[in-house]
Amino acid sequence: MLVVCTFIAALHGAVAIAEEPVAPYEQSNANVGATPIEGTSLFEAMQGREGIQRIVDDLVARLVADPRIADIFVNHDMDRLRRTLGEQVCYIAAGPCTYTGRTMAAVHADLGVRTMDFNVLVEHLRDAMDKEGVPFAQQNRLLAKLAPMHRHIVE
Amino acid sequence: MGYSTYSRFSWLLAAPAVIAGLGAADDAVAKPLANGGKLLLTRGVSTVEGAGGGGLSTWALITGNETEDGVGATAFATYLPLPDYKLAVAGVAVGIRDRVEISFTHQEFDTGSTGPALGLKGHFTFEQDVVGVKVRVAGDAVYDQDRMLPQIVFGAQFKQNSQDAVVRAVGATSDDGIDYFVSATKILLSQSLLLSGTLRYTAANQMGLLGFGGDRRDSYSMQVEASAAYMLSDRFVVGGEYRTKPNNLNFAKEDDAYDAFAAYAVTPNLTGTVAWVDLGDIATREGQRGVYLSLQVGY
Repeated sequence: MLVVCTFIAALHGAVAIAEEPVAPYEQSNANVGATPIEGTSLFEAMQGREGIQRIVDDLVARLVADPRIADIFVNHDMDRLRRTLGEQVCYIAAGPCTYTGRTMAAVHADLGVRTMDFNVLVEHLRDAMDKEGVPFAQQNRLLAKLAPMHRHIVE
Repeated sequence: MGYSTYSRFSWLLAAPAVIAGLGAADDAVAKPLANGGKLLLTRGVSTVEGAGGGGLSTWALITGNETEDGVGATAFATYLPLPDYKLAVAGVAVGIRDRVEISFTHQEFDTGSTGPALGLKGHFTFEQDVVGVKVRVAGDAVYDQDRMLPQIVFGAQFKQNSQDAVVRAVGATSDDGIDYFVSATKILLSQSLLLSGTLRYTAANQMGLLGFGGDRRDSYSMQVEASAAYMLSDRFVVGGEYRTKPNNLNFAKEDDAYDAFAAYAVTPNLTGTVAWVDLGDIATREGQRGVYLSLQVGY
């Protein structure tokens, strides 16, 4: 059934309908766990909302293909992950986005994420941003916003 | 008062600090150790005294590629040819749970053809062993990007010079001594910058290569180390360091040291460092500056 939904979703470009239901929670941009960055240069360096989604999609593909951390994503709703992560990065990059996902603590509860896993994501995110042509100094501005999430993600 | 008696007992002071450091990670003991996983270059390189840091100044970063879940290690070799001397250093260090660092370092300071002019035989070599310990007590240089608090370590370096008679002959009062230090390191990631400062309480002459204490001044003094580095990429960093030193001996003045360096992580396990180092006057010889080369392997 999920396969059919995904197929239909892909046809319509509306991935949301492939997502699995989650327990109710209060939606808020505060769930991002970071405030938007100053200015628009990061958003522009990431090639706007579409570039951010390309980076996020590429990142997620790299994560599930990496044997060091692929296990974390088994049975995970990857469609929802791609959508909410795209919203989150867009919001932090001061793009015109609303974050509809849960807090970092809630999302990562019981996943057993270690610092080394967190760092693997950082490496893949750098590679995905390199591919999109995001300059190193701009990458660091985004990573500086994500780094403090370590204390909510790693147990 | 010599430093020897004091230093023997001071070894004991480090033990509680190490135990406290390990104890702080007790909650993680149930998990299996997982080695590796630190981000590139966030272990620093190895100083000439064997600590995780820059080349001349100790930083608050813990050596090795481990995170709080593992035990890592580094080994390094450094060579610094100067106009009148050659400094060669090699060492190993372990980093435990990204909290405790223990290092063992051997330094050889070859006076070459300068030795006879100083009243020594040709290629007279001062040798020194340094055992270093540091413990992270606060902050996280990498992840605390929303806080001003730097990563802070307390540490000590236990130094034993091989040439007791000669260092006493030049005016030093001991061939061994202990440096005590506190280091604070902050990575300002949004600026691609690393800043670090160290306060070192020391009686060492030329880092201990010319002994400890002296006929001009026979006491400890507080010295300062400062570093700034800019990240050009996740594997390439350039920067500079400045280090003040005591001036304890009458026979020759001792200058501050400084350098400009470039460090490149060839792989996660291999870092190469090249620097232009100026150590000033050493044992009456002026303008001791040269190109510093260092290789570090890390796991």
